[in-house]
Amino acid sequence: MTEIFGIPTQALFGQLLIGLINGSFYALLSLGLAVIFGLLNIINFTHGAQYMMGAFVAWFLLNKTGIGYWWALVIAPIAVGIFGVIIERTMLKQLYKLDHLYGLLLTFGLALIIQGLFRNEYGSSGLPYSIPSQLTGGQNLGFMFLPNYRAWVIVFSLAVCLSTWFVIEKTKLGSYLRAATENPELVRAFGINVPRMITLTYGFGVGLAALAGVMAAPIYSVNPLMGENLIIVVFAVVVIGGMGSIMGSIVTGFGLGIIEGLTKVFYPEASATVIFIVMAIVLAIRPAGLFGTQK
Amino acid sequence: MSAVLPTVKSAEVGAQRIVFGVMVAFFLIGPALGMYPVFLMKVMCFALFAAAFNLLIGFVGLLSFGHAMFLGTAGYVCAHAAKVWGFTPELAIVAGAAAAGLLGLIAGLLAIRRQGIYFAMITLALAQMIFFFCLQAPFTGGEDGIQAVPRGKLLGVLDLSDVWNMYGTVLIIFLAGFLLIYRTVHSPFGQVLKAIRENEPRATSLGYNTNRYKLMAFVLSATLSGVAGATNALVFQLAALNSVHWSMSGEVVLMNLVGGLGTIFGPVVGAFVVLAMENYLATLGFWVTIVQGAIFVLCVLAFRRGIIGELGRLIRKPL
Repeated sequence: MTEIFGIPTQALFGQLLIGLINGSFYALLSLGLAVIFGLLNIINFTHGAQYMMGAFVAWFLLNKTGIGYWWALVIAPIAVGIFGVIIERTMLKQLYKLDHLYGLLLTFGLALIIQGLFRNEYGSSGLPYSIPSQLTGGQNLGFMFLPNYRAWVIVFSLAVCLSTWFVIEKTKLGSYLRAATENPELVRAFGINVPRMITLTYGFGVGLAALAGVMAAPIYSVNPLMGENLIIVVFAVVVIGGMGSIMGSIVTGFGLGIIEGLTKVFYPEASATVIFIVMAIVLAIRPAGLFGTQK
Repeated sequence: MSAVLPTVKSAEVGAQRIVFGVMVAFFLIGPALGMYPVFLMKVMCFALFAAAFNLLIGFVGLLSFGHAMFLGTAGYVCAHAAKVWGFTPELAIVAGAAAAGLLGLIAGLLAIRRQGIYFAMITLALAQMIFFFCLQAPFTGGEDGIQAVPRGKLLGVLDLSDVWNMYGTVLIIFLAGFLLIYRTVHSPFGQVLKAIRENEPRATSLGYNTNRYKLMAFVLSATLSGVAGATNALVFQLAALNSVHWSMSGEVVLMNLVGGLGTIFGPVVGAFVVLAMENYLATLGFWVTIVQGAIFVLCVLAFRRGIIGELGRLIRKPL
């Protein structure tokens, strides 16, 4: 068996792959948080619960109506996105004039309600969701075995992240969005419906979380608690990257996933805390985050 | 906000004295009214915890979402000191509070580098790190926690295994902590904190090193949270993981929100209401979480002043 630094290559690449998978979810979730924060100035604490809801919608579709994974990838983000739009229209909208911290508290309360309801209904053991038939099996790459589904998750989430980056940074629609982030009053004066843009942005960010949830369903099983610890890690990712830059969220998300994976190989005891340790170091050296700008 | 002037009108002090008297009387005669003494001791520990938290959110404007790390760490250190090292209860509490204060110094140095929402996220993430540390560290007992912690003899004389001796000790600790916070808020130091809350650039321009003030407030809040956590560990003779979990950090936010952010007595009322509700709903599975979430939403949308805040507005005096 081949080894690198005394670690079997099989284990090393296996953990690197898990790191990349986790990194895909970190990237998708922190991207959604960053987009929402940019325009709404709130941190969406419900993000983890909405990620979980995405997975549950996929499970419902499969088990109650027989609609499979590929349609779930489309339907779940839209359904959860609409749920987000309703929350924004009925509740968040009332808080924009107040301290931003109230948005955090409101979404925290909503997360407690949603997670509590799902836990009451489905317990905390998790429901199985099988890998779609087109993506079962895997490739033997010589140095490791690569399951097809995991490869798909990495490629697809990278594609989603890059398309989001492209839309926001390179298109006309994105330029409106960036302008409204800088100065909403001025953009309104040009005849653009900023409140509607805010609503749709929230729906889009929430939809990204749900999309990540659907992709996670076959890997982690569908569990009411799947989002609650993840969201705290994603917060740390956001602090490390700084929320100023879309590309920053993507790079930081994947990068930290890899760091976490490598820690599992070399020092497994620290694998749960390594991201928080990185956060502390980054704060000490570069308080604004790796890609952020201090106001 | 005229609160920047360090003069307190006598009428306001009068109203606050009356409420303070009512509060002390409540905890003195509560057990006689049929309230379970262990429950009231828990209320006092959490009231102190909530008041320490309020020192930051209410008077400096910093929302910490990781205060459970101070409560929990102090609980573990106190329990370990009392059980393994054979410390007397007062020394065990001091050890727990000192550990929380030290952790507060480190966490504070990192967290005050960012403001607002970032501050909340950083404290939450640091607390999660402490949670995983407590889950894995050898001396915390993992999922079991540290059980059967001896209450010991206070100052080597007073046997705390007697429930009334314990009750009196907790009451004194709570009142001392509460008065310390009251004194801090109304001191020149407290006025600077309020100035930072209202307008930080202006406080800076007046020559105050605002980061140093914020750090001092953070360490004081962490230490007092530690006193609460250590005392709580002695009351229940247990230090367990739930006291370092993020849901505990959320709970202390909820207590303040219900009672009234930035009020003197709000945290105490909030702690009582939230704990009483938990007791009442304890048999109903995860409904506790759902109800807590619903109260969060309700308070933020329609009841931002909280119980004491509304009461104070009614009689037009800050309570």
